Parts: sequence; C-alpha cells; structure tokens
Amino acid sequence: MRSFCSRILALLFVIGVSVAAATAAHAGPYEDALAGFVTDDFSDTADAINAVVASGDARAAKLLEALQDGRLMFSAENKKVFIKDKNDKLTDAATGATVATPPDDTDNVRLNNRVRGLLDAAIGSLTLMAKEPARRLEAAQAVFKSRNASALPALEKAIAAETDSKVKRALNEARAAILIGQADAKLEDRIDAVAVIRDRGDQDALALLNGVPGDAPPKLKAVVTSAIGSVQHTLAIWGMVQNAWYGLSLGSVLLLAAIGLAITFGVMGIINMAHGEMVMLGAYTTFVVQELIRAHSPALFDYSLFIAVPLAFLVSGAAGVIVERSIIRFLYGRPLETLLATWGLSLILQQVVRTIFGPTNKDVGNPSWMSGAFDLGGITITYNRLWIVVFTLAVFVALLAMLRFTRLGLEMRAVTQNRAMAACMGIRTARIDALTFGLGSGIAGIAGVALSQIDNVSPNLGQGYIIDSFMVVVFGGVGNLWGTLVGALTLGIANKFLEPFAGAVLGKIAILVLIILFIQKRPRGMFALKGRAVEA
Amino acid sequence: MFKSLKVKTNPPMSRRWLLAAAAGLTLAAAGVQGANAADTIKVGILHSLSGTMAISETTLKDVMLMLIDEQNKKGGLLGKKLEPVVVDPASNWPLFAEKARELISKDKVAVVFGCWTSVSRKSVLPVFKELNSILFYPVQYEGEESERNVFYTGAAPNQQAIPAVDYLMSKDGGSVKRWVLEGTDYVYPRTTNKILEAYLKAKGVKDEDIMINYTPFGFSDWQTEVSKIKAFGSAGKKTAVVSTINGDANVPFYKELGNQGIKATDIPVVAFSVGEEELAGLDTKPLVGHLAAWNYFESIKNKANASFIKEWHAFTKNPKRTTNDPMEAHYIGFNMWVKAVEKVKSTDADKVIDALPGIKQANLTGGVSTMLPNHHITKPVFIGEIRADGQFDVVWKTKGLVPGDAWSDYLPGSKDLEADWVKLKCGNYNKVTKKCGGQGS
Repeated sequence: MRSFCSRILALLFVIGVSVAAATAAHAGPYEDALAGFVTDDFSDTADAINAVVASGDARAAKLLEALQDGRLMFSAENKKVFIKDKNDKLTDAATGATVATPPDDTDNVRLNNRVRGLLDAAIGSLTLMAKEPARRLEAAQAVFKSRNASALPALEKAIAAETDSKVKRALNEARAAILIGQADAKLEDRIDAVAVIRDRGDQDALALLNGVPGDAPPKLKAVVTSAIGSVQHTLAIWGMVQNAWYGLSLGSVLLLAAIGLAITFGVMGIINMAHGEMVMLGAYTTFVVQELIRAHSPALFDYSLFIAVPLAFLVSGAAGVIVERSIIRFLYGRPLETLLATWGLSLILQQVVRTIFGPTNKDVGNPSWMSGAFDLGGITITYNRLWIVVFTLAVFVALLAMLRFTRLGLEMRAVTQNRAMAACMGIRTARIDALTFGLGSGIAGIAGVALSQIDNVSPNLGQGYIIDSFMVVVFGGVGNLWGTLVGALTLGIANKFLEPFAGAVLGKIAILVLIILFIQKRPRGMFALKGRAVEA
Repeated sequence: MFKSLKVKTNPPMSRRWLLAAAAGLTLAAAGVQGANAADTIKVGILHSLSGTMAISETTLKDVMLMLIDEQNKKGGLLGKKLEPVVVDPASNWPLFAEKARELISKDKVAVVFGCWTSVSRKSVLPVFKELNSILFYPVQYEGEESERNVFYTGAAPNQQAIPAVDYLMSKDGGSVKRWVLEGTDYVYPRTTNKILEAYLKAKGVKDEDIMINYTPFGFSDWQTEVSKIKAFGSAGKKTAVVSTINGDANVPFYKELGNQGIKATDIPVVAFSVGEEELAGLDTKPLVGHLAAWNYFESIKNKANASFIKEWHAFTKNPKRTTNDPMEAHYIGFNMWVKAVEKVKSTDADKVIDALPGIKQANLTGGVSTMLPNHHITKPVFIGEIRADGQFDVVWKTKGLVPGDAWSDYLPGSKDLEADWVKLKCGNYNKVTKKCGGQGS
C-alpha cells in the first residue's frame, strides 16, 4: 500500500516537475527503514535510525539532521515521513516530492534522551568525511561520546584522509575511546589508546579510564591506573585555577552589585535598603528594551545590552534622584528612619513592578556573544561570566575616573568630606546630594543589566543582593572604592575555595562568621578612611 | 484498589448539566424554606501574593478565583453563591498562621485552599486543628504527614520522586547508575532526598554512587555546584541529577548547565519543582531533554485539559498564561469539596471531612482521581522532557493511577505507619504496636 502510494506520488511528480525523482521511488532499505518513524514509539524510532544508517543511502544524513532539528514529520494515518525545510515546506522523505497539503495528523517525530544520544552518534558516523572541518570535528566528538564500535571502519578511513591537525586529534581520540573498551582488540592497540586518552587529560578522559572493566589484562590495568593518576593530578591543578576563576567571577558580581552602594552608603552614609530595587529596575529596563527589539527589529538583538546600559542608568538614576528629593533629604542624620523609610520603599517598588509586569520571571535573553563557553586549558569559561568580569572592571575604572577627574566628582568628594566648608565655597550641596544619590542608583541600574544575564528577572531580584552588597562595603571599608573592590574579590574567592569542601550552605555561613570576627578586630573594614574625613 | 478507579469519565457537558440541575433543585428547596439570609458560602484563599513565593502562588489564587467564578455561573453551591476571601500571607511563614486564623474565625470561611511551601503548611496546621476547619493543599510535598483537617491534592513522594527514579533506572531512561541529589536546603528536599537515598540503596546503588548537595534559597552562583556535578559524572557510569531545587534558584541553575554544555544526553536532570511557570523565564533551547516529573502537564492532549486551558486564557485575558500541576490539584480539590458539600448538603467541617474520602473527580489528564482515606488522592505520574518551546513532551507515564502514600515505605521510622481517617480515625497508626500516635521518624 505504502509503496503503491509512493509510486503514484512519484508518478505525479515525474509528470509535473522533473524526471530525477523517479529513481527515488524504488523501495530499498532506506525506504523500508522510514516505516519505523511513523509509529510514535521510541524503540521503533531508535531501530529506524540504525536502519537508516545501515542502508548507506546518501539521503540518510539529511534525514537524520532533520530529525535532530525537530524538522522530521510523520503522518501515522498515511504512513508517510516528511522533511520540513527552513521555510516550513514539506518534502516526502522517501520520494523527495514536495508536499503541498500535508495530512491533518502530521506531527513531529518525537525524541527522548536515549534516542537523541543514538542520533548524535549516528549523525557523527555519517559526517566524519564532511567537507567543513567544524562538522568533522563535531562528528568526531559525537563518536567519542558514543564509543560505538561500528563506527571504527569509518573512523580509520577518516583518520587516513584527515589533514586538519585538530580534527585528526579528535578522530584519534574517538578511535582510542572505542578501542580502550574493546576486549577483542590487540593489547598494544589498547595500551596506545590509553596513552591518547591520558593526553586528553580532562573529565571525559577520566570517565573513560574509570570505565575500563575490571577484568582487563593486568598489563593494561597497570597502564590505566597510572594514566588515571596522571589525569587526576592535572585535573587537581586545573581545579585550583577553576576555583580562582569562579571566585573572580563571583567577586565581580558582588562588586557590581555593591559599587553603587559604595557611593550611596559608603560616600554619603545613607543606609539605602532600596538599593537592590534599583538593581531590579535596571534588569527590568533590559527586559523592556529586549521586548521592544524583539517586536520591532530582531536583527538588533545582539546589541540589546548596549542599548539597555545607558537606559538602565537613566531609569534607575532618575528613580534615585526622585527618591532623594522626595524622601531621603528630609531624613539626613537620622539613620534609623532612613533605614525604615528605604525598606518600605523597597517593598513598594517590588509591588509596583509586580503589579505592572506580573509576579513571574521575565525572559531576558543572552545575546549570542554572551552564550556558551570556551575551554582554556582544563577549565571551562562561560562567556557571560567573562564579559561580566570585564564589564565590572570597566564600570569600576569609569567611576573612579569620574570621581577623580570631573568637576562633579570633585564637588561630590568636597561635600562628603566637609559639607559646611563646601557650601561656603559656593557648592550647591543639595543638588550634589541628589546627583550623588542618583549616580549610585544609576550604577545599581547598570548592575541590573549585567545581573539579568545570570539571574532571574523577577521582582525579588534585588533582595538577593542587598545583604551581600552591605557585607562587601562594610568589609572593604566604608567610603573607599578600592576597599569595595578588594572586599568583593576577597569574599568571592574565599567563598569559592570554601564551597567545594564545605558545601554552599556551610560555605556561606563560614564567610559570615569570618566577616563578623574580622569586623570585631577592625571595625572600619579593610581600608579604613583616616584623617578628618572620618569624623565628618 | 485500581479496579474501582476505572470509572468512565463523564463528558464534561453532561456533568455540568447535572450539576446545574442539582443546583437548581437545591435552589428551589432553599426558596421554599424561605432562607432569605441571602448569605454566601465563603471560600478562603491563602496564597502569597507578595514576597519570594508570589511567583508561584499568585497563579493559584487566580485559578481559585476562576473555579469559584465558574461554580457561581453554574448556580453556586447549595443555592448560595460562593464568595472568595483572598488574603496575602506575604511569603512570611508565621503570617500564614495568623491569616488562617483570620479567615476561619473572622471571615468564617467554610474551607481554605492554600499554602505552597511545607513550612507554611506546618505553620497553619495547629490553627486548622484548633478551629476545626478544612485546608486543601495543592503542592507536591515530602509526605510523612496526614492530618484530619488537611486534604493533600499534590503528589506524595511515591507519586513523583520514586516513579521518576524508576524511569531513569529503566532502559528508556538511560539505565542510570550514579545519582546526584541536588536540593534547596529546607524540609521538602531534605525529606525527599532521605526517602530517595533509602530507596536507591534498597535498589543496590552503592554509597559512593550517591552525592547529596544542598544550596540556600535563591542561590544564584552555580558555577562550583555544576562543575562538581560534571566531575561526579565522569566516573565512567551513567549519571543523572535529581533536583529538588525550589523557586528562583532554578533559573540560574539551568542557565549554568546550558552554558557549561551539560546536555541531557550526557547527564539528564529530573526536577520535581520545575514546571511550565518556572520555564517561562528561560531560554529552553539548551535544556531540551532535561526532565520533570509531575502529575499533569499543560501539553497533555485531552478534552478536559483543552477546555480548562481555554477557560484559563479567557479568565486571565492572556492567551500565553501557562497552566501547571498545582493548578490541576486545586481544580481536583475544589471539585471534590463541591461534591462532598452537595453530598452532605452542608458546609459543616466535620460532615464534609467525613464525606470527602471516596469522592471521585475526573482529573485533566483523562483519569478519575479518588480521595483516599489517608486524605491523599490517586494520581497518574508523567515524566516529561523539556521541549524547545518551554513545554513538556510526555515520554513515560504510569500504567494506572498511583494512590498517594502518606508514610513512606522506605524510611525506617515511617514504614510501619498508616493513615486512615475512615476506619482507624488516625493519621499515624502504627501497624506493629497497633496503636494510634506512633511516631514518625
């Protein structure tokens, strides 16, 4: 019935369009394999994938790639399989004919993890000889993961033909991964394979070496044991580097969140409990910017953060100026009232945002240059963390330069050091207060843009950072930007070195205890201000 | 037990007509009696509308308002209109108890639907016992509890955690041999992980193949934890993560997984607290294939579910609002309460509590759930894989409905305990000492 149908279709196709497709109508192993995709059963799909690969048909790679991308459709009623192309056009997988009106019950061929793993391996073994080196590399890695022994002949052929050294290495590793676990392979080959895997020296290599069965020949076992030791040694060293990097990354997040507070609390002495909400406003600004870009010009999406940064600064900065003018200026010199008022304000801001945007998390996307990771030696560095470290340092330097070299910065320092004298010199202190508070809030807003990339954008975003921010500023030394920098990085790195041993919960407690002890010893933090400014 | 469950589902229309007719009859009866009190039956809604849990609980408040609204359109209950009383316990656990007291003594509600976290439920328990009222609790939880005044419409561990682990151990799930139990540091993950650890060991998993990790609420820097999982997964055995991470912390966790390139085909993560709502704030493309275990998924194709989703979209005036498992639990719980009240023709707490066990209600996934004597319900268990569009694709489900077990069979302290409020009138009957009040672990 099926083949009859396809013949009819093919016939129509021949008459209508081209003669080439006629050959495709002859039922072969490839066409037979397609039957497995229409039953909506994972085991059948798995069998069908294997059968398609075994058929050796030239169309196999295209079919499997469509399956991987979710572009393979089936109709259970008509027992037909279709490939959807990038423009949502369907072609019959067996005949290659264009399908104008797909049957009503057309649905995607579903995958689960087992089938997906099998599929990756199958595509890998089919694309080992692809033209582009990147695809060959991907294929080699897929085979490395699957360790599918049936790919060995294809692998040998690919190694012989390979010219790219990086791909060749990956191919050799894939071959070694297969050989190492093959009991009937030659002993010398297996020992050579262990050496190849040892040189790879990462977690996957360790997994492979650990997976060598216990009944291996003693000679092989000795080699494996020594290789495991060597890989573990390498990994331990990289583990330290990794902890340092994670610490740096956590420290930069802390610094980013705290740097605005270092101005409002550190320089102005205002206990601003609504600081976290300024961060949140920045994150929501990013969300709104991205929504507008998605709606109007999706091509600009990768630049969304560059647009969001100045806007977030303006939104949070303006909010800060309004708050200072309408609430905080009446409360100068009354820290307790300021604390309560700003805390109340933080609740109000949260509820306002919740009312406008709803209580659920908002989806702030990562631009393509902020997604993914790259390997540096034995550690994986994710792009979003890397850019946040760079961004934080840039903000820090810019702020420092602003305070030192601009007139506003000079006036700010003058007002905080000696308000009365500054007023005598003709500085409008009230205006400077508002601008300083606005600056601190604006920087919090910028922090929100960065944090939207790694945390959830919800009304509660700010709450998670307020305690940590105060901790950093107090620990680093109130009123000193350098103190904030060193404080944030110290806390970040200490936390990340404690976490692997103590766990996340105990690690955090340990850090808090250490800070309390430290503050007992040095109440003014690491970099205490000296001189007359302290009394002011 | 299963036999009684194979009741044919009434088509929704005819049931609605029946209800309307019943309501009409009672209305007429009430009219004869001249009950011109014109009063309403008050229904308390105790969900956080602000604070950390607002993200999850606000939706439940909305779905309760929708269900009450629908019931009123059908003529109310016992000839009276239902009146929702909404309070906001603000994610503040002691405030839950205060607000519950306010609902019961001041507003005189007939029943309360509410709570999400276990700690909030534990905080209101004494109030419901003291004032003898009824609470419907809609969220999957750690079990080890059965109270006379509480009806648990969410999943007990044997209706979520255990089937999920079974699936991962099966050939289709990848024959997992090594386990990471990753959770937020509070009562639900700790108890669930205790049960899972005991279960895995009973299945022959060795100590060194289980790693248990806890992180604080709202944890956001997952770099170390994820690389720890990666390292643990490189021991040459198939590894899976069982996640009881709750609330906000999930988003950065999944982002870090995606960024560090841990694919579901390498190390699958099965989550018990991640639903459609949580995924709404995420780019799900890197997460395709990771798993969740629930008793309901929005993507399940079914007539009842389709009309529920349609009503939900119409009620919220937002065609993109997702539905999730606890919402279905409220749907079942509310309808069970309505049926029980109609059965005893009264909203008196004692009468309704006695009437509820045995009440059947069609769920949204094509089965019929029954309230059990231990105040838990029967539910189907589904394992779903995350799709690129943020919905779940069901890859496995239990054959029939699984009855909720209040006391886990895998914990030394609780395996002898049994809850039965119909025959034994006891929530923690010890089968060995034959006494009520045997202690849980």
